[in-house]
Amino acid sequence: MADLTTDTTIVGRGNKDGARLFREWFDGLTQAAAEERGGAYVFVMGSLVELLRTFDLPIVFPEINSLQTAVRRVAHEYLNEAEDYGYSPDICGYVKADVATQLRGGELPMGRIPKPAIAVYTNACNTYIKWAEIWERMYHVPTFTLDVPGTRGEGAQTWRGHPDFENDCRYVQAQLQELIPLLETVTGIAFDIDRLRESMREANTMSRAWKRVLELNQARPSVFNALTDGTIFLGVANGFRGSPEGARYFEDLVEEMEYKSANGIGTLTDEQYRLIFVGVPCYPIFRRFSEMFTELGGNFVTSTYLRFASGGTSWGFEYDLDHPIESLAEGVLISVRDAMDNMFFQTGILLEMFDTFRADGIVYHPIKSCRTVSTGLADNRRALMKERDVPSLFIESDMMDRRVVSEAQLKNRIDAFFEGLAARRQQAAIRDP
Amino acid sequence: MTDVITFPEWQDQPLDEILFQCRELLDDPSYPTVRRWREAGGKVIGHFQVYFPEEIVHAAGALPFKVRGGPVEATQAESRFGSYLCSIVKTSLELVLSRHIELEMFVTHPICDAARNLAAVWGRNFTYPCQILYLPQNANSAHAVEYLRGEYDRLRRAVQDVTGTEITEERLRTSLAVFNENRALLRDLYQIKRESPWLVAAEDAYALMAVGGMIPRQEHNVLLRAVLPQIRERPAKRQDRIRVVYEGGFCEQPPLDLIRAIGRSCYVVDDDLLIGLRWILADITADRDPLLSLAEAYLERSSYSPVQHDLRKPKERMLLERIRAADAQAAIVTAAKMCEPGLEEQVAYTRALDDENVPYFVSEFEENMTSFEHLEVQLETFVENILFD
Repeated sequence: MADLTTDTTIVGRGNKDGARLFREWFDGLTQAAAEERGGAYVFVMGSLVELLRTFDLPIVFPEINSLQTAVRRVAHEYLNEAEDYGYSPDICGYVKADVATQLRGGELPMGRIPKPAIAVYTNACNTYIKWAEIWERMYHVPTFTLDVPGTRGEGAQTWRGHPDFENDCRYVQAQLQELIPLLETVTGIAFDIDRLRESMREANTMSRAWKRVLELNQARPSVFNALTDGTIFLGVANGFRGSPEGARYFEDLVEEMEYKSANGIGTLTDEQYRLIFVGVPCYPIFRRFSEMFTELGGNFVTSTYLRFASGGTSWGFEYDLDHPIESLAEGVLISVRDAMDNMFFQTGILLEMFDTFRADGIVYHPIKSCRTVSTGLADNRRALMKERDVPSLFIESDMMDRRVVSEAQLKNRIDAFFEGLAARRQQAAIRDP
Repeated sequence: MTDVITFPEWQDQPLDEILFQCRELLDDPSYPTVRRWREAGGKVIGHFQVYFPEEIVHAAGALPFKVRGGPVEATQAESRFGSYLCSIVKTSLELVLSRHIELEMFVTHPICDAARNLAAVWGRNFTYPCQILYLPQNANSAHAVEYLRGEYDRLRRAVQDVTGTEITEERLRTSLAVFNENRALLRDLYQIKRESPWLVAAEDAYALMAVGGMIPRQEHNVLLRAVLPQIRERPAKRQDRIRVVYEGGFCEQPPLDLIRAIGRSCYVVDDDLLIGLRWILADITADRDPLLSLAEAYLERSSYSPVQHDLRKPKERMLLERIRAADAQAAIVTAAKMCEPGLEEQVAYTRALDDENVPYFVSEFEENMTSFEHLEVQLETFVENILFD
């Protein structure tokens, strides 16, 4: 049983500090907007914040802004506004919430975001590219696609020394070398390789720590909820990558999770079932969605979301600071590719997770808004079950649009899933007393 | 390479019968041309929309088959996908799950979030190689051509492994010449559409082009060489229809009946239907490194579509240019249901058309839709408004 009276300065610190950093980040953005300073618009998979930070650009993550509107239950207002403007109900809700945000002059429930001075994005999600085209048309600002070739087929990753990897890496590096002068032009600030080194050093600390945090949830009971706590950690991992605050936060987080692990402090008073989450959370009813599992003793111990939505930081790539540009190219290539693998080529990844986290079941949550993540999930589940007898649940809703979220239906399916897990455990107990 | 004639039905037939046979082939879910090719010992490499360097497969003596959905019910494929997806993704998989089509290799592209998933889905269901060809998405990088040359070389090696045929520079040059001729013939067909659209019905022009993705390209060349002069000599007369550009057929294809319905009140003088077959706009030089030439052409001498981002080719400007070049009076701006890039582009297209005072008709379609009456009535009203304005 968890001893929650132990050192309250450590336990719960990650969530508290995460919320504080988030407020500070948005205060900074609101101030930048008031000063009419343009921001760098980036995305979670391959944000390049390490580099952008050295040009003193306020960093705006439209995906994070959009999901916040859902968590704060105002997403429908934004979606309606974008649909009135002409965007179809069948396209990504994040895009539409951002369109409405732009039409509102950057106003969001958490503050106001600056207009873009530049948009930098990878192709990890194709919608990133279409999204940036909207800003191109609205603001006529430079947009830069950092094209990061992904894995060509299941298990076909190549590495240093392989001609295909070298071809990809040269391409990514050449693009970085094209991006830097563009950033100099946009900001009027000369590129400083030592500042980049510093930023990459902080990113290294974060990557090391993030990998460790994820590993620490293999503890029984698990030390954090990958769905709820994990989303806070993700916010910091993205928004503060390459900064001293971000590095310190994650070092503290490792300390907290190691402490919890050493003292058997979990997230639930009685963790019955250890679950893996696949997909994107249901943000319109975020807390309730999580409670539907925790109330029945289920805790999410890990997720593919923690991997791909951190841009593959979880892979733990550490930059070689003696060769910053070359290493940045290699790191971006490997990390973003890993993020994509966690969306497209998941079967082996999930089986490994299932074993290392000693999980009891896998919950697939495809969503209407995101075809990147959702297209292959049904087939992935089929393949996984063919490979191994793994209990799984497949529930469909959305990350933004409450019109396609049916709480009652979700609850019915989740309850039935837990009944199945319980029956399975009983049968196992009878079979192997 | 096999010498089999995969599409003999049109030979020695009058023009109307040839066009009928082309339309029939498009709607035939048994894919007889692919079957005949395989029966003769040929190998088939399927490639998903939009653009694919078919020359590389052709040089290996295999049949590059354009995977673009089909006239089938996605009964097996439905269970492999989520609910909110375009039809082409599902019916394409259905074609192989139900063995309407058999392949030796499948290649998809990162054209959209759904299509990129296909390599993984396909790979979990079949033992043959399934992969993503990463066409460059930073078309404006000075390094993109060199990267793509490397990527094409990777593909060349993979195709060699599958076919067992060495793809030499010489073989590539021969294939480039075949495809150069094919694209030139298709340009001729589109010239007829622009200059005298009354000579060829919209659905016939489409069928003539589209069969190219289902038969060996040299066979398609023979067909086009025979048919185009006959079309030019037709005694058809101009009718009272408006000239339109059709936009929205870059990936999932509208059913023939929909194209026919549009053709009843409009002359479709240009379009983006199966734009991948016409992506390269000029002949590719074959006298130097063929893969480099192919890569350069993809980036430097190519058309546009919602799934390629190129700062030199803003889509709405390109559409306006297409309308002007074809001397069209209006645009029909469609998108396949659930097609995210298409639906997103509709907003930009319609705003640009508003700014330029170009009349347009907006619609969504699905490849297997069967009812067109409502759409036809709406379209007729739209056309009348223009004719009697």
